[in-house]
Amino acid sequence: MTDLTKLTLADAVDGLKAKTFSSEELTQAFLTNIEAANPTLNAYIELTADKALGQARASDARLAKGEGGALEGAPLGVKDLFCTEGVQTTAASNMLRGFVPPYESTVTANLWRDGAVMLGKLNMDEFAMGSANETSAFGPVKNPWKAKGSNAELTPGGSSGGSASAVASDLCLAATASDTGGSIRQPAAFTGTVGIKPTYGRASRFGMVAFASSLDQAGPITKTVKDAALLLKSMCSFDAKDSTSLDVPTPDWTQSVGQSVKGLRIGVPAEYLIDGMSEEIKALWEQGVAWLKAAGCEIVEISLPHTKYALPTYYIVAPAEASSNLARYDGMRFGHRAEDFSSLDDLYAASRAEGFGKEVQRRLTIGAYVLSAGFYDAYYVKALKVRRRIAEDFDNVWGKVDAILTPSTPSAAFAIGDKQIDPLTMYLNDVFTVTTNLAGLPGISVPAGLNSEGLPLGLQVIGKALDEATVFQVAGALEDAAGYVAKPDRWW
Amino acid sequence: MTENTKLIQGRTGAWEIVMGLEIHAQVASNAKLFSGAAVGFGAGPNEQVSLIDAGFPGMLPTLNKYCVEQAVKSGLGLRAQINLKSQFDRKNYFYPDLPTGYQISQLYHPIVGEGVVEVEAEDGSFFNVGIERLHLEQDAGKLIHDLSPTESYVDLNRAGTALMEIVSRPDIRTPEEAVAYVKKIRTILIYLGTCDGDMEKGNLRADVNVSVCREGNYDRFKETGDFSFLGTRCEIKNVNSFRFISQAIQYEARRQIEILEDGGSIIQETRLYDATVGETRSMRSKEEAQDYRYFPDPDLLPLVLEQAWINEIKASLPELPDDKRRRFMSEYGLSQYDAGVLISEQAKAEYFEAAAKGRDAKLVSNWVTNEVSARLAADSKDFSDNPLPAAHVAQLVELIETNVISSKIAKEVFDHVWNGEGSPAEVVEKHGLKQVTDTGAIEKAVDEIIAANPDKAAAVAEKPQAIGWFVGQVMKATGGKANPAAVNDILKAKLGL
Repeated sequence: MTDLTKLTLADAVDGLKAKTFSSEELTQAFLTNIEAANPTLNAYIELTADKALGQARASDARLAKGEGGALEGAPLGVKDLFCTEGVQTTAASNMLRGFVPPYESTVTANLWRDGAVMLGKLNMDEFAMGSANETSAFGPVKNPWKAKGSNAELTPGGSSGGSASAVASDLCLAATASDTGGSIRQPAAFTGTVGIKPTYGRASRFGMVAFASSLDQAGPITKTVKDAALLLKSMCSFDAKDSTSLDVPTPDWTQSVGQSVKGLRIGVPAEYLIDGMSEEIKALWEQGVAWLKAAGCEIVEISLPHTKYALPTYYIVAPAEASSNLARYDGMRFGHRAEDFSSLDDLYAASRAEGFGKEVQRRLTIGAYVLSAGFYDAYYVKALKVRRRIAEDFDNVWGKVDAILTPSTPSAAFAIGDKQIDPLTMYLNDVFTVTTNLAGLPGISVPAGLNSEGLPLGLQVIGKALDEATVFQVAGALEDAAGYVAKPDRWW
Repeated sequence: MTENTKLIQGRTGAWEIVMGLEIHAQVASNAKLFSGAAVGFGAGPNEQVSLIDAGFPGMLPTLNKYCVEQAVKSGLGLRAQINLKSQFDRKNYFYPDLPTGYQISQLYHPIVGEGVVEVEAEDGSFFNVGIERLHLEQDAGKLIHDLSPTESYVDLNRAGTALMEIVSRPDIRTPEEAVAYVKKIRTILIYLGTCDGDMEKGNLRADVNVSVCREGNYDRFKETGDFSFLGTRCEIKNVNSFRFISQAIQYEARRQIEILEDGGSIIQETRLYDATVGETRSMRSKEEAQDYRYFPDPDLLPLVLEQAWINEIKASLPELPDDKRRRFMSEYGLSQYDAGVLISEQAKAEYFEAAAKGRDAKLVSNWVTNEVSARLAADSKDFSDNPLPAAHVAQLVELIETNVISSKIAKEVFDHVWNGEGSPAEVVEKHGLKQVTDTGAIEKAVDEIIAANPDKAAAVAEKPQAIGWFVGQVMKATGGKANPAAVNDILKAKLGL
């Protein structure tokens, strides 16, 4: 019998519809996998086996009657950033350890509406702040990939490290994730999976623990581009409960995957050729260009001149919003509350010092600083102006190109603990991804090959606002050309 | 020199008070500003709290359009600029009554900009108060410290309720002006239906910024716009009655003058008025003032309004107090004072109009502002829960106008009517209070009294005002029901005046 957990989401959904196997069988297979792997990989914070089997049986009942939604019976992992009713939601923080929301996020509610099954809550960087999944209060997640000839444990990237690791090691068919500066695309690139951050406003932020409101977007991490198209459609919806939600129809993007890219104009931005870019990343990018050219695309050299300001801009805007968004964790109504305190101020300080990890505290401090009187104009206001320029950079090229191709990350996965010493080096991970968050554009990372050490690398396709269709079209072409089928050797 | 009335004499010379007010008016709305949770007085603790108000993870604000409409209405009522584009900002600070750790307000781009309010002073003159802005913001919850000696409790019912903060220019110069200004704003908002104006419930309260300067410096400030001519201000927070506003300002101005005259300087700070001792005391100084780290709320898009929508609201506005006062003066011939008293309460003005149709408006006005108002006040009621139908007042005035009863008897009739004995006509009938206009009967009484008092009758010729004694005797003899005019005429004829 084939290993059901190795199926793609699209194939699994078809198999379930055809009753080749039941959702209960499929769910049980994943639960067995998770129980064996999780003590090592640490991808899940919490397994919801009973809930999963209950949902699976209900799906089987619907499937038996020939009913069911687009994801009927498909077992998924949920990043622990999405509030799930009756199921602990922690954002991987001690601050929220034990917090059980009495409500469901819109994104996950959409998944259950479409028949999906929840296997459990996936590990992540604390409050989605990190690029290596090392800031989690529940311990780091391990990348199922290892470099050839090395036993070093690698990071799956972050902040959606649990999502990426789980998908890459067949601990779920696909997973929800979120991306504020690259938190979907970087882990996808590090684990040989596909990850898309849609246009800002496509997926509702209601019930998603906030990091930086103007940048946060939910999206999927999946095994294939088609899976990403399938899962993204379910996740997205107009939601009156989120004022920044876009009231636009959600197209069936699976139709775009496999469509010819002949005649599409692909931009290659000069500014993404950053100083010190490794030869293998450069080569990968050139390879991507060659594949698309071969598929009939027109390659256009473009300039996005403000790219170099994107990272500093991001590290002002995101911490500023976070410093305010995370003020609600004050030990008063829910979450961690210090036991020893002598005054109200002391209670706040102690609860937050105990509840938040170092990286979160660092960003909240930066955020409070850039918003403080006397610095607001110099930092925050200026950052907003630069942010507008970055968005304009993109606006200026859309007349010439239909999509943009860049590398997803400046390197392959690195060893756990490698970049902890210097947060700035860690922040560089987002250098290629953060621009789309600032501009609100869709961006996808597609696995494009392995480096000399046998580790996966990803290419990023950036599209116009609301033009995920072209992004999926180009991503599909890259996926085809790369013929990427590599899976990590099982060592866990 | 009207200026003189605004001076306060100190030991070292004359001072002027300068004030700007921030009025917090709770928007009359059934739902909160961003959460859709119910708003109401008297609910049990934390019964009107949504997860959004309680700041749960992943909860997002969505703007209540009705509150926006109410703010626009208020802005139009203040004859202020409505900003087609405004924005919500976060004011960040930690306090247990503020669940999200920030208050959503409008610092940088308020929904309503500059306006002017015309206020009537006690002497009937008018002064203008400039409105700097009106913005929408959330109220905070409430801390309760007196339920336990060791714990404090939080009630979030009020958290997230919509407030309009109305900020005036420093155009207010005396405690009386401050009170008149707040009363005027309150009246306008009640007319518009955008705030119930209930100060006891805290639905309308004021922060008063008070500073003092030497005589003449206010004019210099007005000429130059240079704030350095004005003194350092202190903000007295959350004063919630007219009396306290006046007392707090008087105390605070005196306090500042004394410090300055002793050679000290005023520290910019926030103060609280303690009504039990009649003093203001320091809450926090500028140095301790928090850095609120305002920034645009990224959860909310800029608020963009359409001019057409504003026009629609404008077209639906009720008649405003100023217009009503002018109309009452021109249409009913009332004095500015009488018109002002009537329009001070919307329900009172409506009551007056209902009673005044086709009647002597001045007479109706007197009955409404005197007798009816006094009875309501005695019963702790106001015109909105007035048990006396306006038609009764109209009928009472009609009975006076048609000489069926005298004004004096009318008071007696009113007593019976107020006590629920029926309409004035019924009361007059039942108690036999109809005025005696039968000249024969009056003449008979006059003749008898003159005959019985020849000496007094002779004296009247010398001293015509002594006729009053005869009038009194005749009224007494007729049980007060004689038509006074008729009595006068007959007496004059018989006494040869």
